[in-house]
Amino acid sequence: MEATVSGWGRYPVVQTQLMRPEKVSALTAIVTAVEDAKLLARGAGRSYGDAALNARGYTVLTERLNRMLAFDSESGVLRCEAGVTLEEVLAVFLPRGWFPTVTPGTKFVTVGGLICCDVHGKNHHRDGSFSGCVKNVKMVLASGDEAECSPVANKDLFWATAGGMGLTGMVVEAEFALRRVESAYIRLRSIKSANLDETMALLEEHDAKYRYSVAWIDCLASKGSLGRSIVLLGDHATLNDLDGEQRRHPFRVKRKPQVSVPFDMPSALLNRYSMTCFNSLYYGRQFSKDAQSIVDYDSYFYPLDVILQWNRMYGQKGFVQYQCVIPPADSRKALIELLTRCSTSGRGSFLSVIKRFGEQQGLLSFPTPGYTITLDFPVKPGLWEFLNELDQIVLKYGGRVYLAKDARLSPDGLRQMYPELPRWLAVKAALDPDNLFSSSLAERLKLYPE
Amino acid sequence: MKDKSVLILGATSSLARAVATLLACEGASLYLAGRDVFEVERIAADLAVRYRANVKWDAFEATEYGEHREFFDRVVAALGGLDIVVSSLGELGDQALAQTDFEHARRIMDSNYTAVASILAQAANYMEEQGKGLIVGISSVAGDRGRQSNYVYGSAKGACSLFLQGLRNRLSRRGVRVITVKPGFMDTKMTFGKQGMFLVASPEAAAGAIVRGMRGSGDVLYVPWFWRWIMLIIRLIPEPIFKRMKL
Repeated sequence: MEATVSGWGRYPVVQTQLMRPEKVSALTAIVTAVEDAKLLARGAGRSYGDAALNARGYTVLTERLNRMLAFDSESGVLRCEAGVTLEEVLAVFLPRGWFPTVTPGTKFVTVGGLICCDVHGKNHHRDGSFSGCVKNVKMVLASGDEAECSPVANKDLFWATAGGMGLTGMVVEAEFALRRVESAYIRLRSIKSANLDETMALLEEHDAKYRYSVAWIDCLASKGSLGRSIVLLGDHATLNDLDGEQRRHPFRVKRKPQVSVPFDMPSALLNRYSMTCFNSLYYGRQFSKDAQSIVDYDSYFYPLDVILQWNRMYGQKGFVQYQCVIPPADSRKALIELLTRCSTSGRGSFLSVIKRFGEQQGLLSFPTPGYTITLDFPVKPGLWEFLNELDQIVLKYGGRVYLAKDARLSPDGLRQMYPELPRWLAVKAALDPDNLFSSSLAERLKLYPE
Repeated sequence: MKDKSVLILGATSSLARAVATLLACEGASLYLAGRDVFEVERIAADLAVRYRANVKWDAFEATEYGEHREFFDRVVAALGGLDIVVSSLGELGDQALAQTDFEHARRIMDSNYTAVASILAQAANYMEEQGKGLIVGISSVAGDRGRQSNYVYGSAKGACSLFLQGLRNRLSRRGVRVITVKPGFMDTKMTFGKQGMFLVASPEAAAGAIVRGMRGSGDVLYVPWFWRWIMLIIRLIPEPIFKRMKL
């Protein structure tokens, strides 16, 4: 079926042929059926740019391949198909005391997407990215054969697939471990910082002590307040942390009413003044310097999930989320340059966060040690030139941008940012010499053997 | 539906899976049957993992009529009784092919009608004997009037609807309820990407309506409900006019 699709950022928009297999045999049959065409599996479509797009090719929706196949209640290992979403995992297993080992900022993502983007969460400094909890992946390769891979067997395929943006084959099913928790609540500590140095000092001081850490940063503050933040530190609340009703029903969380953004906001409403105002209000919301509270997992991990289609906030032309990471030695310098550039340009972002990463896992996995910053920019005239400038800052300090959010990086930029790319390309060349698995992102970044 | 024993025939269809999911969620014991046993097993595993449901499964060849009796007995033995049968048997097929290839036409007729008649006869006799039970037959709005675009499928579904109607008449005073379900367009692999679809319902929404119907007291259930009125209008068009229409 011919269809028009886009990523979560609603930029770019492409035409593609959609398919939606409902059986595993139908999924594997697609690989041998398509000739002279490119193929890409698409999960929930929550990557921002063109990672889940396949212009002029076939896009295989995995949403109906969402069967949970086995769960080991001793080890917490779940085996399920690629189309299962974290929302489903949470609905089934949180009431039984299990939580995803790694979760991104939305639960509307599929297992296939978590693996292929090697997604990270607020606990990357401690637990690594999603591939760290993956025990086994079953895939269908370009040859039409099925293959299994894991961190211990068929390792080349595994580390090329984790973070490999769906270009090594299609994930059919996977096994991954959940974490045991005593409640659905998070013990949250939020500390206000006055500037970037204080923010970084707080993160470095507390990272070892908390499983989750992230700083919401006012990216429009300048001069002495540059980098002022609210540092959010969290741990899963134990029963001892709770009292009253929460303690009696530690997994019962009130469902929040979901609202939807019913239309595209006029992009004129998003300007320097409205964004500065929003950021100041958010920062000013917390009065005390250091506050402790108990919050439910939904408000902590998925605050934006209650606003369905929040991507419409950025207007009809869509937006780009720019996420980069800078190695520790130059993190401070780079963050100052990036934030200064943002605040002088007035291209602020509603929500911007920074966080410290641990080690890299997959060959093309985004997280590497250092500081990551996330910035949203509505698509407006001059944005591409501006983002190229940000790229230059990132490159100067040896950093990289996140492909799951990217829509505009150059092939050259990619080659400088991802030094393991030649190794990845070697695996790709061996498994998929005719480049059957492709995407709009892969075409743009030349993610295929020459 | 708690503690009810339910046999689901044609369990790999997305509608059947959605019905099974709702019943498992409510605590029913299920027996899933379908031709593609690899897929049936995965759907059964899913219900067991998600809802800790008591789910059994097996292969079922709808057109091996000689084996239906034995199959049915096996189901009853495995579930320790039987309260509800849901039949989601049948395939859409290809109308154009069916016009030139009678083997294909016969396959459509067999899977949508003959197979249903054969296996539901077993269920009807068993339930009549025990004096209670519920038979849910999934037919189609396509069986309400013959149209050039799918009359082979439509005729088989029409026969299926008539069979269910007769069964209902026979069993109504024996404590056995028979529901004829007539779905309109649904978002399944039958319709994905097809032109000319409108008012398409999700399998989950349709399944919700079916399970509500199972709790209620109606006989013929259009899913979603507005298809009752659409089909009423379509049936009311006089034949001299209808035969010239492109439908």
